[in-house]
Amino acid sequence: MSRLVLGPFNRVEGDLEVSLELEAGRVRAAQVTAPLYRGFEGVLVGKAPLDALVFVPRICGICSVSQSAAAASALRAAMGLVPAPNGERAAALVLAAENLADHLTHFYLFFMPDFARAAYRGHAWHAAAHARFAAVEGGAAAEMLPARAAFLELTGTLAGKWPHTLALQPGGSTRAVAMNDKLRLLALLRRFRAFLEIRLFADTLEAVAALDSETALWRWCDARAPHEGDFRHFLTIARALGLAALGRGHDRFLSGGAYRLDEAPLFAAGLWRADRPIVEALDPATITEDGRHAWLSDGPALHPFEGRTEPLADKDGAYSWCKAPRLGGEAFECGALARQVVDGHPLVRDMVARGGGNVLSRVVARALEFARVLPAMEAWVQAIVPGEPFCRHGAMPAEAQATGLVEAARGTLGHWLVVRKGVIANYQIVAPTTWNFSPRDAGSQPGALEQALVGTPVGEDERVPLAVQHVVRSFDPCMACTVH
Amino acid sequence: MNLLWLQSGGCGGCTMSLLCHDAGDVTGTLRAGGIELLWHPSLSEQTGAEAVELLEACAEGRHALDILCVEGALLRGPAGSGRFHMLAGTGRPMIDWVRRLAARARHVVAVGSCAAFGGMTSSGANPTDACGLQYDGEQPGGLLGADWRAPDGLPVINVAGCPTHPGWVVESLLGLAAGAFTAAELDPLGRPRFYADKLVHHGCSRNEFYEFKASAAELSQLGCLMENLGCKGTQAHADCNTRLWNGAGSCPEGGFACIACTAPGFEEPGHPFHQTPKLAGIPIGLPADMPKAWFVALAALSKSATPRRVRENAHADHAVVPPAVPRGGNGR
Repeated sequence: MSRLVLGPFNRVEGDLEVSLELEAGRVRAAQVTAPLYRGFEGVLVGKAPLDALVFVPRICGICSVSQSAAAASALRAAMGLVPAPNGERAAALVLAAENLADHLTHFYLFFMPDFARAAYRGHAWHAAAHARFAAVEGGAAAEMLPARAAFLELTGTLAGKWPHTLALQPGGSTRAVAMNDKLRLLALLRRFRAFLEIRLFADTLEAVAALDSETALWRWCDARAPHEGDFRHFLTIARALGLAALGRGHDRFLSGGAYRLDEAPLFAAGLWRADRPIVEALDPATITEDGRHAWLSDGPALHPFEGRTEPLADKDGAYSWCKAPRLGGEAFECGALARQVVDGHPLVRDMVARGGGNVLSRVVARALEFARVLPAMEAWVQAIVPGEPFCRHGAMPAEAQATGLVEAARGTLGHWLVVRKGVIANYQIVAPTTWNFSPRDAGSQPGALEQALVGTPVGEDERVPLAVQHVVRSFDPCMACTVH
Repeated sequence: MNLLWLQSGGCGGCTMSLLCHDAGDVTGTLRAGGIELLWHPSLSEQTGAEAVELLEACAEGRHALDILCVEGALLRGPAGSGRFHMLAGTGRPMIDWVRRLAARARHVVAVGSCAAFGGMTSSGANPTDACGLQYDGEQPGGLLGADWRAPDGLPVINVAGCPTHPGWVVESLLGLAAGAFTAAELDPLGRPRFYADKLVHHGCSRNEFYEFKASAAELSQLGCLMENLGCKGTQAHADCNTRLWNGAGSCPEGGFACIACTAPGFEEPGHPFHQTPKLAGIPIGLPADMPKAWFVALAALSKSATPRRVRENAHADHAVVPPAVPRGGNGR
């Protein structure tokens, strides 16, 4: 048996170290370490509740709006506010813009460059993958970055800037939209749609959203030449490398429900597990966080309302600054795949039924979200009524306790807010990657990535094991959020 | 010139903002300006041992290092050990890496208010003992010390902002590559003057409301945000309203207050961010360089002179009273 420590594990957001125990050319066990501590939860104690809207986006520069949205949602519940419908749509547009931009960043800048590595030279597909996806120099980044920047102009109009806006408020959003703004937003969405339909899919978003089984996916893939569209390019490589056989997790999935408008989410909330394949309700009361293997003060697993985050750098058995969140005592996986399987998209349900959560299905689910979310964004812009209010106002009670659950690009984000005597008495955050990259809990149950890495092949002389790169990045981790 | 970028106690938002640079493909723009990316945590292929080898070669002087960019605060805790951020895969605190690499670099750039002053990460009781490269809040010092200088005599260049505007970062880097940066280009806090000698107030579309002290009472209203809603645009050093963000925006354009995120200590204003602290009804924070007596006198005068249009629009989220169109048109 040998041991391999991988870090800095880059092309993820934030700082990550992965330690592997190897046996007979495979990973026997993995430990995932978040090596950075920041202490936001403690900083928030004693602040005015609405000040959370300034602090929490700055937890993470890539999930900034998601953090705002979760805080706004918790504050809204605490204030008993019903948001202005216009503001709700504007806020959903800003969140969706961040989430889709993050999917784009993940695919082109974080995930695909690994296929351009010299170690893959000799594969028939390598030369084309290198030309298109090589880090910094590949042709795709030069096309994707301007498309991303142009798409994020939506946030310039609706939210002042990205990241770190204060436009998302408990009662809606701060920037009213006029008729001409709507037209500009629609033009901008059409431009992004064109990028996706020409460069990513070489097909319409509607055709991609209509794929209803894995068979249909491969039929779609093979209907055109392998490099027509970057997604097809990926599928071709994924099939050649057998990525569907890599990175299988616990196959327990969690979604907080995405883009809630007028109380109804675009993508349903719930739980889905391979051993009991029906959608079950998500009960946030059953969520606990366990700090046994974190450099944090010990104690029993606590619900976030009671949660504490106190650093303890010298602690036996600890190996991460990340806590271990559990639902009903079990580890769960969240992200685009979880959202789509819980929501019941037939392609993703079929892929999960066949191979569970794996490198292929995680990337396919993310691509599917471009096809499902952009048309919804077009509809939200159309539904904005200029002249009607965008923001309602209310008072923060002196005593309150509330939860805000949203879906960030990389999964379920929860904020638990306790207000006492008019100030924040406790603020606990469970981020998507806290779920996915959690350390073991007191019962030694591994987190989703720790589980997904077990069995991953590692070649004799591989200092940078390629399969491990793919498995880790397939989760699109955000360590910045994790180490809030 | 080559460029090495490290991230420590921050959110990565300055990198995310950088990727929004409007001139298109930002790495291509830098390359065309003579800057090669040696390594960046979000963008480079090299990972794990490959990256550590490169960092080690730079730290030992075996590989030339022209520009070191640091994003995020430097975490000195707990108890000076730096263990709140160990650089993954190296078993060493990030602050050690930054000290060693800064000693080898021709230029050091703090990207964002965290790396410049400590920023958001140093707020509250500063649980991680976070500081900037050459400042601890507004006190000179920080990780490298007040006397630290690059070989050409420049201090750390503080591209402050939370996040930084991509244009501030790109123009600072292109300026270094072109040899255009001298000490005279930096303000007293080490910020590039090209944006820090401007005020957020300049070009703010709420300026007519400011002139008449026609103030918004709630967020999302059009009126000036200074009197009630905590806006520091008249004191904040940045060109946000003349440069604009993400093609079209700025904080006041987006409907919320400027919180002066380019300034040291912005994270702890001593009052709720969206409330203006006042003394006897007068905002404590006056516009930059404005004598208080004059501010009070002008405010009283302009309030009494406020046109109905400005007064009513200040409390609406869209213009409810349009400017009058003179008979015969404006052209006469």
